[in-house]
Amino acid sequence: MARPQPRIGVVTYPGAQDDRDALWALGALDADAVPVWHEEQELPDLDAVVLPGGFSYGDYLRCGAIARFSPATAAVREFAEAGGLVLGICNGFQILCEAGLLPGALVRNESLRFVCRDVRLTVERNDLPFTGRCTAGQRLVMPVKHGDGRYLAPPDLDESQVVLRYLDNPNGSVDGIAGVCNEAGNVMGLMPHPEHAVDPLLGSDHGALLLASLVDAARERALATI
Amino acid sequence: MKATVLVRPKPGILDPQGEAVGSALGHLGFDVRDARVGKVIDLELEAADAAAAKAEVEQMCERLLANPLIESYEVEIVG
Repeated sequence: MARPQPRIGVVTYPGAQDDRDALWALGALDADAVPVWHEEQELPDLDAVVLPGGFSYGDYLRCGAIARFSPATAAVREFAEAGGLVLGICNGFQILCEAGLLPGALVRNESLRFVCRDVRLTVERNDLPFTGRCTAGQRLVMPVKHGDGRYLAPPDLDESQVVLRYLDNPNGSVDGIAGVCNEAGNVMGLMPHPEHAVDPLLGSDHGALLLASLVDAARERALATI
Repeated sequence: MKATVLVRPKPGILDPQGEAVGSALGHLGFDVRDARVGKVIDLELEAADAAAAKAEVEQMCERLLANPLIESYEVEIVG
């Protein structure tokens, strides 16, 4: 039987920068990557959604605070609440936190400086749709590029929701947290950029492990609905 | 009706911006023990009276103007 190509949407907000890289990376990993404009009231038929990095609506007030009200975000919320797979990268992570789909908040880096460099990460959980191709405790190298990436956890954050941690904390995040998931495990956000690390030519292809995990999980869902 | 909203980083939340401002003031010779940087939001709105305006602006703070996890807010109805 032919392997179906899972359809993964990538939402473009005004100010998004990494939507094209995300589309390209997902396509290279054998997904049917579909651009979704921020004004869309409804999502097309999708097996997963990626909210990419960059900026959104000027990031006025707080990063992601305005994007939370865009029509596409409302559709993504519905998709997530129905159990759909949603991955937020960088600004996408900030949007998911502001929308209340992920716990916590992302604030100005402790250093007050924009950081743009490769960081080392540890995988805390490999039983998620976003980390299935990783091993627990695996070390990954991926770039970060953000000014507001310091993760602040709510007091009641369950340790099991921490998916990735920095080995060398670049922004002052609480407990070195680089990526978290919701309680159900179908929504994840991370500050590092897997879509910029999908080929050794780019310095690392470890991002492909995370994105290919998502493609695998989305494919399983696509198969289940045939 | 006019309202002023003050949004502050909650106590205990590290405020690197405040620290940078405090240290810059120290360089100018001012003896500053602590500095915290927040935001001021001035609003003009329709409301029956001051109490109704305050209740409405508090709603705005809860839902958008402040992130209750990291920020506290104060609403002042100016009249």
